[in-house]
Amino acid sequence: MLTKRIIPCLDIRDGRTVKGINFENIRDAGDPVELGAFYAAQGADELVFLDITATNEKRKTLSELVNRISHHINIPFTVGGGISSVEDVSVLLQNGADKISVNTSAFKNPELIKDLAKEFGSQCVVLAIDTKLESDGNWYVYLNGGRVKTDTKCVDWAKQAVDLGAGEILLTSMNHDGTKQGFALDITATLAKLLPVPVIASGGGGTMEHFVDVFNIAKADAALAASIFHFKEIGIPELKQYLNEKGIVVRI
Amino acid sequence: MKLVIIKYNAGNIQSVLYALERIGVEAVVTDDESLIRAADKVIFPGVGEASTAMNYLKERGLDQIIKSLTQPVLGICLGMQLMCAYSEENDTPCLGIFDEQVKQFKPDAKEQAELKVPQIGWNTIYDLKTSLFNDLKENSYCYFVHGYYAAKGIHTIATTDYVLPYSAALYRDNFYGVQFHPEKSAVIGEQILKNFIQL
Repeated sequence: MLTKRIIPCLDIRDGRTVKGINFENIRDAGDPVELGAFYAAQGADELVFLDITATNEKRKTLSELVNRISHHINIPFTVGGGISSVEDVSVLLQNGADKISVNTSAFKNPELIKDLAKEFGSQCVVLAIDTKLESDGNWYVYLNGGRVKTDTKCVDWAKQAVDLGAGEILLTSMNHDGTKQGFALDITATLAKLLPVPVIASGGGGTMEHFVDVFNIAKADAALAASIFHFKEIGIPELKQYLNEKGIVVRI
Repeated sequence: MKLVIIKYNAGNIQSVLYALERIGVEAVVTDDESLIRAADKVIFPGVGEASTAMNYLKERGLDQIIKSLTQPVLGICLGMQLMCAYSEENDTPCLGIFDEQVKQFKPDAKEQAELKVPQIGWNTIYDLKTSLFNDLKENSYCYFVHGYYAAKGIHTIATTDYVLPYSAALYRDNFYGVQFHPEKSAVIGEQILKNFIQL
C-alpha cells in the first residue's frame, strides 16, 4: 500500500539552516546537507528545503546547495523560495532537485504553473498555499510569506492550480502554524477530498496524535513539520512507530 | 566497468548519476552509439511523457540502438514503460522489448478520494524474482511517481498494488525495467543499483 509521508522542512538562509539546532550526532546542524542526511537516515520520506533569502544574487548559492544535497541525500526533495520562472526551475532540476514549489509568483502569474507542468511534468510542480481562516468563515490565500492578504479563497485557487497542472498542494494554515495545537483539519480535509492530487498538510503539528488526526480525519497524503523535528520534540522513528500502531501505513 | 546512462530528454538523469556516485560508481551520460554499444551496462532513465520521449528517441535512432543492445540494460520509470509494447499515454507505440501494455490508473469514483493519480510516494514491492533483487526483503519500500503503469504479464519480476496489482519491475533476456526510482529509494534503491552493477 502507498504510505502516508512524513516530511521535515528546513528553512535556508544564505546556504545555512535557519533553526540550527542541537543534535549531538550531527557535526554541523547549520549545514542543510548534514541535517537533511540525518533526517533521511531517521526515516523521513521526503525533505523540503525552503530558501528564505531567495534574492537574485543568492540564487547561485541555492543551486550550488541543491547540487550538494542531491549528491548526498538518497530520498526525494523539494526546493522552494523565490522561484518565478522556467529558467529558475530548470537550474534547480538540473542540479538534482526532484520537485520545486511555487507560491506567490504562481498566484501572480498562474501561467507559470502551466509552463512548468508542460516543460517538466506535473510531478515536479508543488503549489504551496499559505491560507488563513477569516471571521467570515472562509479560508483566504495569503502571499509573500503571509504578509499580503488576497480576496481569493483557498479552495478556488487550489482547484485552478491543479487544473493548470500543479501535481501536489502544500497547504499551510497560518492560523495553526507555530501553535503546536494540531493541523487545520477542516481545510485540509476539504482539499484532500476535492482535489485529484496529493495534499501535504503543514502548520500546527505538535504531538504524535496530531499526525494521526491529519491522516485519519483530514485524509492528508503527507504531513510537513519543522521545529518539532528540529528541536527533537518528536523523533521521526518514534512518530512512525506510533502511526503504525494506530493502523496508519507508513514506511518503517 | 563502463557504465553508460542514455542521454535524452528525460528528467532524472542527474539524480541517477548522483545516486551512482553515492555507491561509488562512475557513469557516462551520452547518446553516442559507439559509447553505448561499448558499455558493460546501460541505464535508460526517464521522467516525462511517453510520446515526446519516443519521438526524441526515434529522431536520433536511439530506439533501434536500445532494442539491439545485448549487455544488461536497466530502464527506470518512463524508461521501463518505453521498453513495453505500447503506452496508452497519447496512444504511443513503444520499443516492444516487453510484451506488457502500459495503461493509465483509473480508480473508480469511490476510490478517488484515497487513490490519487499520479501515485506519488513510497509503496511496497513483492513477489521479487531475479538477482536484481538480491538481498532484498519481500515488501521492501520503494519511491514511485507515475500515473501510468505496466500491466502484469509473463515478464513481471516484482509486483506493487495501487488501484490494482501491476508490474513494479520487468525482465527479459538482458533487459530489466523498474517502475520505481531506485535513485530516490534510500538504501533499498542503492542495493538494487548495486545488484544491477553486479549482474
